[in-house]
Amino acid sequence: MIAPEVPPPDEITLPWWEATREHRLLVQTCAGCSGTQHPPRALCVHCGSDHLDWSTSAGAGVVDSFTVVHRAPRPELDVPYVIARVRLAEGVILLTRLEGQPQEEWSIDDPVRLTWVDLDDGRALPVFVPADVS
Amino acid sequence: MSTGVAIVGAAESDLGVTNRSILGLQAQAIGRSLADAGLTLRDVDGLATTGVSRFSATQLADHFGLQPRWTDSTYAGGSAFEMFVARATQAIQAGQAETVVISFASNQRSARSRSLGGVVEDHTPEAQFETPYGPLFPLSYYAMAAQRYLHTYGGTREALAEVAVAAREWALLNPAAFRHGTRSLTAEEVVGSTMISSPLTALDCCLVTDGGGAIVLTSSERARDLRKKPVEVLGYGERTTNTSMTAVPDLTVTGAVGSGADAFARAGVTPADIDVAQVYDSFTITVALTLEALGFCGRGEALDWIADGRIRPGGDFPLNTSGGGLSYCHPGQFGVMLLIEAVAQLRGEAGDRQVPGARLALAHGTGGILSTHATVVLGVES
Ligand SMILES: [Zn+2]
Repeated sequence: MIAPEVPPPDEITLPWWEATREHRLLVQTCAGCSGTQHPPRALCVHCGSDHLDWSTSAGAGVVDSFTVVHRAPRPELDVPYVIARVRLAEGVILLTRLEGQPQEEWSIDDPVRLTWVDLDDGRALPVFVPADVS
Repeated sequence: MSTGVAIVGAAESDLGVTNRSILGLQAQAIGRSLADAGLTLRDVDGLATTGVSRFSATQLADHFGLQPRWTDSTYAGGSAFEMFVARATQAIQAGQAETVVISFASNQRSARSRSLGGVVEDHTPEAQFETPYGPLFPLSYYAMAAQRYLHTYGGTREALAEVAVAAREWALLNPAAFRHGTRSLTAEEVVGSTMISSPLTALDCCLVTDGGGAIVLTSSERARDLRKKPVEVLGYGERTTNTSMTAVPDLTVTGAVGSGADAFARAGVTPADIDVAQVYDSFTITVALTLEALGFCGRGEALDWIADGRIRPGGDFPLNTSGGGLSYCHPGQFGVMLLIEAVAQLRGEAGDRQVPGARLALAHGTGGILSTHATVVLGVES
């Protein structure tokens, strides 16, 4: 994946993006109810608390669903590519890309592992590859 | 049970490729729907619309020289118009307005204003966490729902294509349909057409056309003195579930579960009572998920249930009898067109595609990425 333009973080999402500079994937975690959520928010969607902490994901997940995009929404994107919902072991779902193997080999429920696409401004975007690829 | 509010006028604007402005198409739709009701613009004291401008209802009021007692421009994509029916009903019940027009128009095909990536607002979480990956919006979300649905329930791509095949059969009976005068589709053609976002192909996707329409509502009491047979608002319900692609845990279960249950309960009817249904068909998968959510069939059963011609002309569940967004028209927000077709069927005005003896109709709008869901139950006295 070629590094895309990503809008700057706001006060809610800044810690999450800062951690990506060190290739750490944060999951927002509620100090009140231990619930997890993504993307980051100002309040816990489970209990309404604003006592929100961060935990670091181990980077393991499974493919909840995916789609191979054959027509690009922006001229700079080369098709085809694989868009997916990945469910992390920590419970949250991320929208992401699947990489590291031919598109026709992907299946729902495949185990995946975190890797990173570096952005020009030093931040990075989490993407996923097959769990058994080193 | 009636809410005491009825639809008394309904009309389309020009459809297809019109080379007209949004306000020009709105004027056609509103003028024709008021003429249908035997009313004039001076009778209108409530307006609900979207897609005109940032101040949609205000813009429309200004354009027509009105100062309405009630307006609504709730932005909820294609389901907004079923929501407007609920809010207009309540406004009329409460005495805030007497005659409400609900309208929509778009010139998106003439103006080439539709983009595959959708409209991205840089300040939203989606702009930071989703758009950078390049999903088609809304298509890639529906595609992931379809992928998950077929995986979970073991359906085939050909079985899902039946939604598009049946819609085309209905469109062939509707002179106003974009695909009228073409020919039948086969499941193989749908599956074999250009892949856009797998597993959905070009023929799984709604049309991109101009068009619009309007309906007029007033009290049932006043409706008795007007030109056409009143179509009573019997029930309504809605759910709002997500803007992000990651908020809903199960892609195969939509907010239509709640919106439908509320609408049926309010109307005092069950899915089995419905004679004709208009269910937003932005994509083929939308229909499968919505039929299950509304309770017309069990979870995972939709593709078996619609097989063997059940939703085609002559079948025992007439669905999207206009030809739907897939083959009739799709001006970007199809919700008002669902209501117009439901009214035509209940009045017996649907010509070659008329469902004989239709007394009870359902219209269900879906907006965004399975984001908003609104159900309306309509009926006429037998
Ligand atoms: Zn909490």
